[in-house]
Amino acid sequence: MPLTGYLVLAALVFVIGLFGVLTRRNAVGILLGIELMLNAVNINLVAFSRFRADVAGLIFTLFTIAITVAEIAVGLAIVIVIFRVRRTIEADHLDLLRG
Amino acid sequence: MRLGSPELALLVLALPFASFLALALIRPLRRSGRPAAAVSILAMAAALGAAAAMTWEASPAARGLNPARLWSWLPADGGPMASVGVWVDGMAMQMCVLVALISLLVQIYSWSYLADEPPPSLGRYYAYHSLFAFSMLGLVLSPGFLQMFVFWELVGLCSYLLIGYWYDRPSAARAAVKAFWITKLGDLGFVAGIVMLWAATGTFDFWPLFQAAQAGALHVDGLTTIMFLIYLGAVGKSAQFPLHVWLPDAMEGPTPVSALIHAATMVTAGVYMVARVHPLFELVPPVLTLIAWVGAFTALLAATMACVERDIKRVLAYSTVSQLGYMMAANGAGAPEAAFQHLTTHGVFKALLFLGAGIVIHHFHTNDVFRMGGLFVQRPWVGGAFLVATLALAGVWPLPGFFSKEAVLAGVLDARLSVPFLMLIATSFLTAFYMFRVVFLAFFGQARDHHEHPAPPVAMDAVCRGLALLTLALGLRAALGRHHAEGPAWLPWVSLAWALAGITLAWATYQAHAVDPARLATALAPIDFLARRRYFLDALFAGTYRVLLLGLSRVVGWVDRYLVDGVLNALSAGALRAGDTARRLQTGHPQDYVYGVALGVLLLLVWAQLG
Repeated sequence: MPLTGYLVLAALVFVIGLFGVLTRRNAVGILLGIELMLNAVNINLVAFSRFRADVAGLIFTLFTIAITVAEIAVGLAIVIVIFRVRRTIEADHLDLLRG
Repeated sequence: MRLGSPELALLVLALPFASFLALALIRPLRRSGRPAAAVSILAMAAALGAAAAMTWEASPAARGLNPARLWSWLPADGGPMASVGVWVDGMAMQMCVLVALISLLVQIYSWSYLADEPPPSLGRYYAYHSLFAFSMLGLVLSPGFLQMFVFWELVGLCSYLLIGYWYDRPSAARAAVKAFWITKLGDLGFVAGIVMLWAATGTFDFWPLFQAAQAGALHVDGLTTIMFLIYLGAVGKSAQFPLHVWLPDAMEGPTPVSALIHAATMVTAGVYMVARVHPLFELVPPVLTLIAWVGAFTALLAATMACVERDIKRVLAYSTVSQLGYMMAANGAGAPEAAFQHLTTHGVFKALLFLGAGIVIHHFHTNDVFRMGGLFVQRPWVGGAFLVATLALAGVWPLPGFFSKEAVLAGVLDARLSVPFLMLIATSFLTAFYMFRVVFLAFFGQARDHHEHPAPPVAMDAVCRGLALLTLALGLRAALGRHHAEGPAWLPWVSLAWALAGITLAWATYQAHAVDPARLATALAPIDFLARRRYFLDALFAGTYRVLLLGLSRVVGWVDRYLVDGVLNALSAGALRAGDTARRLQTGHPQDYVYGVALGVLLLLVWAQLG
């Protein structure tokens, strides 16, 4: 499969993730969308690393996965705290920052 | 080491300044009152000694020799831009002795006159006095316009401080402000004239200017305007019409202050300045003629106002204005020596008149001459001293006023200024009349009250006697060693006859009661009416102030309130409204922000593709 195939797959996953982020009302769903977008990036990095025979992309990917895990842990913790306080995790109801 | 005249002149300046610094900076000394006064009086006595030594020391300098000793100031490329120093010639030295003498005597007199003042304010009074003496001496010794202007303004400041010495009295505070502003009006012209002259000639110093003027090498465009502007400074300072209105009000200060500042020294600064720079004024005959006319008119106008005034100090104030008119007329007629002679003699006997009036006011506890009377019997020495000064002011032989006034009249006649001459002759009649009106009302006639008054303090009495003796001595010296070269032979007789006529009229009106003053007033109704209201000049000034200044303020206030503030208010209201609209973008939903980011990235992509 040529490089383009991987890139198209990554783009699809990214757009699906973005769609999830924009449309899901549940905060956990939004976090899942973000996870998809990050993994699309990972696919790109690995694909380029494979086709250009450069190991840097693989190392970057490892970093990204680690950071993603940490980010999700923090994100879910925030969601749980919000749920405890507000009794909801519907994104439409969380508008404390409205101007 | 023997000191030369310039060094002594510096010493004359340094002594009162040191006294001022000591009183101003050392607070316990100033607030101690009497010791502060002693410091000031001792410094002044030493300054008088130095001034006398300077006059003694001066060798008859060769004519055409620069009398100035200069030090450079304001260094600039190609020589100093201005210099400071001392100018020691006959006129300056004589003036220095006069200023130092009168200052000293007034300070001694004040020692008793202000004995009831609280010590801190007495110290303040003497601090002002020292500063005043320093400023006036500095003005007299100035070798250039710039230094003269600096001291000129210092003198104005001291005058303001001393008139407003009793600053808790509203009338004194107002008089001080009035004196300050009205003299400033003239000073505006003065400073503009100086700067224009400097721009045209490149120097402030008298010596090069005089040399060029005498050699006919001073070619300056608009010299007439420049000299007129410089003359304006003298109009304000020397209380010439129409800026004379501040001087009568300045009588709100303590009486010794009136004697010092508004009779003998400060108001003569204008006359002195015009006499000093006379070589420059000689180049502009129109300005000289104007000076003579204004001077003579001022003399006559002030004399008529003095005739109807009831306040003894104000009568003296108007007579000062009137005599300053004489001096200015002599300056304008091209006889600065006569002006200076009259300045000197007038300084002595007018100080005596004011200090005598201080004793009179002390005695009767009123300024109103119609509530006085019979003082001559009770206090013959005071009466005698006052009478000597009055005769001198009226111009009776052989007192100094007679000779200096004759010199002035001769000078004016010599310049063929016949109308000013007639005005001055009429003034000499009025002068004798109003001064003897005061004498007959206050010193002769019925004593209005029969309380036992304490004798005036020794210091005040002694100062008055000393000044009376000095007046007599000056008169006798002039009478004995006099040459009758100037003026026609009939002139002294005419001036004497008019003076005697004035005295006779005053005697007939206020002593013999042969003439009813009320009928005299009715006969001269229009003049009487105007003079009693000061020719509406005060009202004119107040009206001008109201119309011009308040009107302008109102316009400026409107512009500020509605135009400037309006623009600012519109701007801030617009900003508020715009913010109110823009805040709706902040919905608080994170997804909306993500939409924004995604849209932005998309736009960037499109832009990158197109670009």
